[in-house]
Amino acid sequence: MRLEAREVSFRYGDGKRKVLDRVSLTVESEERIGLIAPSGFGKTTLLKLLAGYERPNSGEVLLDGRPLTAYKGYCPVQMVWQHPELSVNPRRRLKTVLLEADWEKEAKDRARIEKELGILEEWKERYPAEVSGGELQRFCIARALGQRTRIFLADEITTMLDLVTQGELWNFLLGELKRRRIGLVAVSHSPELLEKVCSRIVRLD
Amino acid sequence: MRETQKRGGRRLAMLLLLAFTVVFLGAVVWLGDAWQGTALATDFTRKNLSPCLTYPFGTDWMGRDMFARTVAGLSMSIRIGLLTACISAGIAFLMGLMAAVMGRFADGMIGILIDLVLGIPHMLLLILISFACGRGFFGVVAGVSLTHWASLARLLRGEVLQLKESQYIKIAERLGKGRLYVAFWHMAPNLLAQFVTGLVLLFPHAILHEASITFLGFGLSPEQPAVGNILSESMQYLVTGKWWLALFPGLLLVLVVLLFHYIGQAACRLIDPGSTHE
Repeated sequence: MRLEAREVSFRYGDGKRKVLDRVSLTVESEERIGLIAPSGFGKTTLLKLLAGYERPNSGEVLLDGRPLTAYKGYCPVQMVWQHPELSVNPRRRLKTVLLEADWEKEAKDRARIEKELGILEEWKERYPAEVSGGELQRFCIARALGQRTRIFLADEITTMLDLVTQGELWNFLLGELKRRRIGLVAVSHSPELLEKVCSRIVRLD
Repeated sequence: MRETQKRGGRRLAMLLLLAFTVVFLGAVVWLGDAWQGTALATDFTRKNLSPCLTYPFGTDWMGRDMFARTVAGLSMSIRIGLLTACISAGIAFLMGLMAAVMGRFADGMIGILIDLVLGIPHMLLLILISFACGRGFFGVVAGVSLTHWASLARLLRGEVLQLKESQYIKIAERLGKGRLYVAFWHMAPNLLAQFVTGLVLLFPHAILHEASITFLGFGLSPEQPAVGNILSESMQYLVTGKWWLALFPGLLLVLVVLLFHYIGQAACRLIDPGSTHE
């Protein structure tokens, strides 16, 4: 699949400042793009547009030539956010987060992904406030890796982790994305990480 | 360490208060039901007795035992209060969820409806509906439950509007989850605390309004032992010095209302969002 942002511009609400001004970006499945820009240059905003959380003021976001908004139901472009604690319902047990992933309940892949992400059985019965940010982020990643996901957007997903765990998570992610031919757009403040992980680096400034 | 012990103690005290209140109110409902006959029995050999050991609340001009009558009246009030508060809260919950599920137009209509009901003076609307429904038990229940949902509905709707903007609900939508799934599995658990507190705090309102509308003569029929009836009848005898006819039923009504209020506050603390897992 091919995800394409064509000349998109975006501003928040009635804000004067254009966060994005005619930005274009194309991602193919099997391609891994790293986005680099200083703070406030609209990296997260661009990901939100690509995943369909916001609509551009001008320009368009196309998935295989069709506007992203034309896809009903499960969106093949899934994004994992920087703050996992805001991405899960604080009043529901963590197993419900995993059940939202796009797999049959007993699917082998579901169990495999959970295992490879290091999600322990005992965590599943807990509430989000009872696990750490890193543990929570694993649930968010597992949720975004459903069977119909074709493009994976990562917005600083491992910023809160120590280097060893960061390495483990990215190792798993790279293997999973390559095997299933899922495209990646990653945002990080660490150019070293992006150079290791990505096949192409794009600068937004 | 001391802080957590203190908090645990407060929780225990709250639970004890809650248990006592529930037992007390349950006893009133049960006794009142059992004493329906006693409350109606007249005996002119014992009329106008002031409070004594046999008749702690005295007797009235027809020789009816005021204690039995008051408890029977309160029992009726509590049952009506429970019923109407549940109906009201149910309406409020549905309205709040509908604002979430059915889109912008429905949300606007619900907003207008809430403003409409809140805009008309409570008592006036209550009397109108009760009168239109033929007064009596049905009139009171319809009147009270159709006028008390609005403020809770507004609270829940505000909460729903806020939840709609939350990240996890937007993520659920991207994961292809429908509006019904989001409403019941993501919004409802977050509304529960407000809902339960609102429900319990509706009781005192409902009971007081049931009593006032009966007092004014638009509610339960005069022969029924209801607190409103007892109070309005006692008005005629108050000037002749029969103070006990109004004082004890009035005090007991206030006590019941206060107890419900405490239950509401205790429930609010126990399921407070911040202390879910204490």
